[in-house]
Amino acid sequence: MSFALDALTILAVSTGAFFFLAGTVGLLRFPDALSRLHALTKADNLGLGLVVLGLLLQAEGSFAALKLIGVWLLTLLAGATVTQLIARTARPGGTHE
Amino acid sequence: MSTAMLYGLCSAVLVGLGLFGLIVHPQPLRKILAFNLIGGGVFLLFGVVARRGAGVGFGGDPVPQALVITGLVVAFAATALAVALLLRLFEQTGQATLRLDG
Amino acid sequence: MAFDTGLVLLVLGVAVWTIVARDTFAAVVGFVAYGLLLALVWVRLAAPDVALTEAAIGSGVTGVLLLGASTRLRRTETSGAGEKPGITLRLAAGMLCALVSAGVAAIVLKFPEPAPTLAPQTAANIVATGLGNPVTAVLMAYRAIDTLLETVVLLLALVGIWSLAQDRVWGGFPGPRHHADLEGVLTFIAQLLVPVGILVGIHIFWIGSVAPGGEFQGATILAAMWILAMITGLVDAPPVSRRWLRLMLLAGPAVFLAIGLAGFAMTGAFLAYPAPYAKLLIVTIEVPVMLSIAAALALLVAGPPERRPQR
Repeated sequence: MSFALDALTILAVSTGAFFFLAGTVGLLRFPDALSRLHALTKADNLGLGLVVLGLLLQAEGSFAALKLIGVWLLTLLAGATVTQLIARTARPGGTHE
Repeated sequence: MSTAMLYGLCSAVLVGLGLFGLIVHPQPLRKILAFNLIGGGVFLLFGVVARRGAGVGFGGDPVPQALVITGLVVAFAATALAVALLLRLFEQTGQATLRLDG
Repeated sequence: MAFDTGLVLLVLGVAVWTIVARDTFAAVVGFVAYGLLLALVWVRLAAPDVALTEAAIGSGVTGVLLLGASTRLRRTETSGAGEKPGITLRLAAGMLCALVSAGVAAIVLKFPEPAPTLAPQTAANIVATGLGNPVTAVLMAYRAIDTLLETVVLLLALVGIWSLAQDRVWGGFPGPRHHADLEGVLTFIAQLLVPVGILVGIHIFWIGSVAPGGEFQGATILAAMWILAMITGLVDAPPVSRRWLRLMLLAGPAVFLAIGLAGFAMTGAFLAYPAPYAKLLIVTIEVPVMLSIAAALALLVAGPPERRPQR
């Protein structure tokens, strides 16, 4: 049972790490700010989400699991806000509504 | 080499890097940044000393760790004062430079 | 070991970036990343309290301060280029710094074995303090005088910053007025995050007596929430001449000093707690100190007064 849990954790964390890698490659290689933001959201949402999912299987107790999910939600919130703010400044039309 | 020694050598390089940045950059804000880099290296050295003092069930000697916490807060206070002085200099003279004009 | 080597290389890489980046904004971003990576290093060195403090103060609040300063000084970016030192000065500085690094590395490699430590003495007396976290015990009981002086240092830095105001705005509102766009993204996240942050800050403060945490980390989170509310324009920074603000800033050091002097009456020494009341006295000190430090940190970021007071 614990071997299956460990294997699932390794699988989830590795997939999350792959999404982080993809997001970083996108950050370095995409031509403009908006597409780079698009790549970064993949790293934030999917990458961190998969890592948190993998760690949830190893968490001791429900309070630790809730804290992990809380970390993911807070990162989502911060990432979404900053992405909106940067995108509004960076879009070709400017910052008018 | 244990991990504590590795981080100790890292702190030595950080101190050197920060000192280089402090000497070479003309802009005062970059000097403040480099000074904080030196501070990070020195605190890391304290942390290595604390880690080597592990024992009786503690992961590290708590006294240097408490000193580093105090140091971090005081370093921030000093940085805040330095940045305020720099911004006031910019307000007064219109440029941020430490050069004395003739 | 491999993880530690990778982490060290990452920290050094970001530090080099902070030094060699041409744009000051890029250097400040590198500095914030450096602080967060250092927090990871602190976790590897088995110092979670320091990791919390480094991430909150060393990287977070300092980063906000430096980002604001670099934005204000953007116009002076190119004018400083004329003073760049020549190649001989750079080489000489490089050699000097290499010597300094080598000296510190030699000290590190010559550390005495076995390592001297105060952990046994800390553990032997921690039951008398009623605390479970040894770092909090050192901060609030064994080296309480350091913590008292540290709160005073924060106040001194704040007085120094306030004294930089121009005469016509003396005692006024710190920083420019930020106007809240009530339909905007910033307002949304501030309204969502500030209550959560206040809860998290109080939790980290309270849990600091038995687990990693404490009043400095909790106070920084509270200060960050106040800074967030000020930056998004939801609240205006109070004028620095307000009596309630100054009382809040003084409450922490004053209570600390009063209990310290009362130590003379109770046990005959400054800042000595009588054993049955140690935990109660420590908590009585910690609550006003946390509020004072939170206010001081937020006001240190807000800066000197820039707008005239109303009255």
